[in-house]
Amino acid sequence: MSKTHVTTTVNGDTAEFLASPGMTLLDALRDELGLTGAKEGCGSGDCGACSVMLDGRLVCSCLVLAPEVEGRRVETIEGMAQGGQLHPLQQKFLEHAALQCGFCTPGLLVASKALLDANPDPTETEARYWLAGNLCRCTGYDKIIRAVMDAAAELRQERTA
Amino acid sequence: MSETLDKPALNIVGTRPIRPDGADKVTGRAAYGADHSMPGQLVGKILRSPHAHARIVSIDTSKARAVPGVKAIITASDFPDLASEVLEGGEQASNLRDLSLNVMARDKALYHGHAVAAVAAASSEAADEALARIKVTYEVLPHVLDVEPAMAADAPLLHAHLFTEGLEAKATAPSNIAKRHRNVRGDPEGAFAAAEVTVEGRYTTQAVHQGYIEPHATVAAWAEDGRCEVWSSSQGQFMVRTYCARILGIEISDIRVTPAEIGGGFGGKTTVYLEPVALALSRASGHPVKIVMSREDVFRATGPTSGSVMHVKLGASADGTITSAHVDLKFQAGAFPGSPVGAACMTALACYDIANFSIVGWDVVTNTPKVAAYRAPGAPIAAFAVESAMDELARKLGMDPIALREKNAVRNGTKAAYGPTFQNIGYLETLAAIRDSEHYKSPLGPNQGRGVAVGFWFNVGGESTAAVNIGEDGSAVVVTGNPDIGGSRASMAMMAAETLGVPVDRVRPIIGDTASIGYSMLTGGSRTTFATGMAVVQAAEKVILDLRQRTAKLWDVSLDHVVWRMGQAECTDPAKPDKKPMTLAALAAQSARTGGPISAQVSLNAQGAGPGFGVHLCDLEVDPETGHVTVVRYTAAQDVGKAIHPAYVEGQIQGGVAQGVGWALNEAYIFDRQGLMENPGFLDYRMPVASDLPMLDTIMVEVPNPAHPFGAKGVGEVPIVPPLAAVANALRGAIGVRIPHLPLSPPVVLEALDSKAE
Repeated sequence: MSKTHVTTTVNGDTAEFLASPGMTLLDALRDELGLTGAKEGCGSGDCGACSVMLDGRLVCSCLVLAPEVEGRRVETIEGMAQGGQLHPLQQKFLEHAALQCGFCTPGLLVASKALLDANPDPTETEARYWLAGNLCRCTGYDKIIRAVMDAAAELRQERTA
Repeated sequence: MSETLDKPALNIVGTRPIRPDGADKVTGRAAYGADHSMPGQLVGKILRSPHAHARIVSIDTSKARAVPGVKAIITASDFPDLASEVLEGGEQASNLRDLSLNVMARDKALYHGHAVAAVAAASSEAADEALARIKVTYEVLPHVLDVEPAMAADAPLLHAHLFTEGLEAKATAPSNIAKRHRNVRGDPEGAFAAAEVTVEGRYTTQAVHQGYIEPHATVAAWAEDGRCEVWSSSQGQFMVRTYCARILGIEISDIRVTPAEIGGGFGGKTTVYLEPVALALSRASGHPVKIVMSREDVFRATGPTSGSVMHVKLGASADGTITSAHVDLKFQAGAFPGSPVGAACMTALACYDIANFSIVGWDVVTNTPKVAAYRAPGAPIAAFAVESAMDELARKLGMDPIALREKNAVRNGTKAAYGPTFQNIGYLETLAAIRDSEHYKSPLGPNQGRGVAVGFWFNVGGESTAAVNIGEDGSAVVVTGNPDIGGSRASMAMMAAETLGVPVDRVRPIIGDTASIGYSMLTGGSRTTFATGMAVVQAAEKVILDLRQRTAKLWDVSLDHVVWRMGQAECTDPAKPDKKPMTLAALAAQSARTGGPISAQVSLNAQGAGPGFGVHLCDLEVDPETGHVTVVRYTAAQDVGKAIHPAYVEGQIQGGVAQGVGWALNEAYIFDRQGLMENPGFLDYRMPVASDLPMLDTIMVEVPNPAHPFGAKGVGEVPIVPPLAAVANALRGAIGVRIPHLPLSPPVVLEALDSKAE
C-alpha cells in the first residue's frame, strides 16, 4: 500500500511526513519527525507515556492514526519549554523530585499542563483523577501530585500578578 | 533521631539539589532504549511460542525468507549450544545454558511467549509478514503452571535432567523441584510442644510483574571486523556485555555496550532478552538491528517474580516471646530454576530473634516465564506470610503489634537467622518511629482497618569503579559505570562535591559505556549509592591528595602542612604565614606546570553494606457493597543510614510502597487453562494509578553505616517488603477475617464479607 502525505503543525511549526498504513501519531512523531520525547509504554492507551495535545485536547498519540493529524495542531513535550525557560510544571517536577527514571515524565507533564489549562485550581483529588491515565511505577505519585499542585499555585499567582 | 558520624558538618549531603540530568528528563531529550537509532538499521521481531509447553519438531523459514525486505531469520541453531555453567554477574547467579535457552528456545518451548525464532527486515510490516510465514511444527506437551501441582510426582516434567539439589539423599529421579533450601536452629518441634500460644496459616501469592513503564529495547550492530556495538536499556552495561559474549560465544573485548537511560527496572532489567538476538540478527544480515518489545511481550516473556504457596507456624509464651517458628516456602521459578526462594528463606525471620526455627524453601520450575529479580527478590513474599502470622499472633496474645515486634526484635549483637551478627542496625529506632507517630495514635473511621508490618533487606556492596576528572576551570566530571534508575547521578555528584568542597553544580556526573570506565556490577541490590558512592568518594579523596601534594611543592612545605578545607588548599606551616589558600580552580588552572591533568580513578569491591529495616503502617477503608479497598493513609519508616539526597530516598520509599500496595490489592498474572496469560496489558494487569493512592508519608531514621563515608545504607529495596502484609493486616482489622491469599481484589474481599455474614 502506498504512503499518505501528511501536513500538520507540530509545536507551532509546519511538519510534513509520509505515513504508512497503520502508522500512529506516536510512530510519526518518533520515527518520522525525530521527536522521541513521547514514549510508547503500552501501545494501547493505558499508560499515558505518549500523551500529546491534538487541537488543544489531551490524547494518547498511540491511539491516533498518523493521517488523522492532517491540517491539525499537535503539541508535544518538546514544545513545553519556551525560549530556553522551563515551564513552571517542568521546574516544579525537578524541585519536588517528581521523577525517578523519567520515562513517564513527558506524558505526565503534557497531561498536567492540560489539567491546569482546563482547571487552574484543582483539588488534590481532581489532580489524581485527571492524571489517573498516566502510569508511573517509580514514585508512588506523591511527589508528582505535590509538584502539580505547587505549579498550579505558582501559575495562579503569575496570572494575578 | 539523626546523628552524625565523627566528621565535619556536611554542606551538600543531606540537601535536596535539582538532579543533574533533570532538564533532559523534563524536556523529552533524555534518550531511553527505544530512542536511539543507528544508520541503516533494520527492524527486528521475535516469534513466540503459542503453547505453554511443546517440543519444537521443526522450523521452516523458507516462505518467510521470500518476503520482500526480509534480511535475516535466526533460530536457536544460530546460537552455540552451551553447557550448563553457573555465571555470576546479574543480581543473582544464573546458569549460562538456561540464560541462552530463555533468549531462544532450542528443543522445547517452555512457556507461552518463549522466543522460538527472530527476523530482521527493512520495515515493521515486512517483519510482521515474515513472522506470520515462519512455520513451526510443535508437539504440544502437557503443561503445569502452579507451584504445588508442579511438585507432584506425576507432574509434566519440564527438564529431563533436573534433579533436586539440597536433599539429604541424592535425588534418583528428575522432577520439577530444582532445589530445597533448609535452615534449622535449635529444637523447633520441642519448642512448639512447649509453646503456650501457637498460630498457623497457609498463605499464597500470585506471580506479579515489575511493571517498569519502558519496554525492553535495544539496537545492536555487528561489524564486518567482528566488533559489536550494543545500545540498550538495562540495569548494567557490563552485565549485558558479559551475557552477550557468553551466549554468542565471542570475546567481551569485541563488545561495547552503551547504557541508554533506563525507564524503570526494579530488578527486571538485570538480565538479557533482546541484545543477543539483535546481535545475531545483525551478524546474519550485515545491518544494525533494533528490537523493541511490545507491552504484551514484556508481560509474556520477561520478569515476573514468583507466585508462591507458604506455610507459617509460630509458637510463643504468654508474654509474647516467640519460642519457635516454622516457615515453608514453595516458589514458582518459571521455566528455569532460580526463583528468589533462597533470599526469601534468608529474610523470612531476619527481623526476629528466635531460639528455635526451621525454614524450608522449594525452588520449582513451571511452564511460565522465567522469573527475574524484583526489588528485594523473595523478601516481600516471605514477609507477607510471616507478618500476617505475626499479626494473628498479636491478636491471639492480645498484644499491640509493635510491642510484639519490639519484644522479639533483633538488635545489635543478635545473630541473624541467616547467619551473620547484626551491627549498627536501626530496627528498634524504626519501630519506635512508627509507635510514636501521630498516625499510630490517630483514630480510625467506619469500615477502616489498620495494619502494621516490618521488612528486612540485606543490601549489597560489590564491585564498582569511579573516575573523577578535574577540568582546567576546577569543575569536576564524575564517571561511573552504573545506570541511573532513580536519581543516582544526583547522589554521586553530591558525594563528590561534598568531598571536594565545591558547589554541587560544579560536578557533572556521567555514566560511562563499557569501554570508558572500569567494571561495575549492575545497578541492583540497593548497592549504587553505597558501593559506587564509596568509589566516587575515594576517587575524590585521591584527587585531593594529589592537589595537596602539588600545593606542598608549590609552597615548599611538607604534605602534612597542606590541608584541604572547603574546596581549597590551606597552609598550616607556622613558618609560612604568607601562603594564601589556593582554590581548586586556581590549582586546576596551573595543572600543566604542577604535573599535568588532575584525575583519579578508584576501583573497589565494597564491603560492609548495612542491612535495612522498614516498619510500615497502613490504614484502609473497605466498601462493604463492592469489596473495593482504598488505602486512606500510609506511613513508612525506614533506617536509611544517612539520606544523601533525602527527596530521592523518600521517593524510593514511596515507590516501593506503591508497588507493594498494587501487589497486595490487584496485581496478578492470570492464566487460562492452556497457559496463556489473559491479562498481558496495563488495562487488565492493574497497577496503582494516581487516584488509587493517598499521599505516602515517610520517616527516615538515620542510624549511620560506619562502612560508608557518609553513613549511607541501601534504601531502594526495603520499602517493598512490608506493604503486602501491612495491607493484608489492615484488611483483617477492617473486616474481621483473614484473607491469606493475594491479591485482595474486590471479588475476594466481597466473598470474605459474605462468608462472614453467613
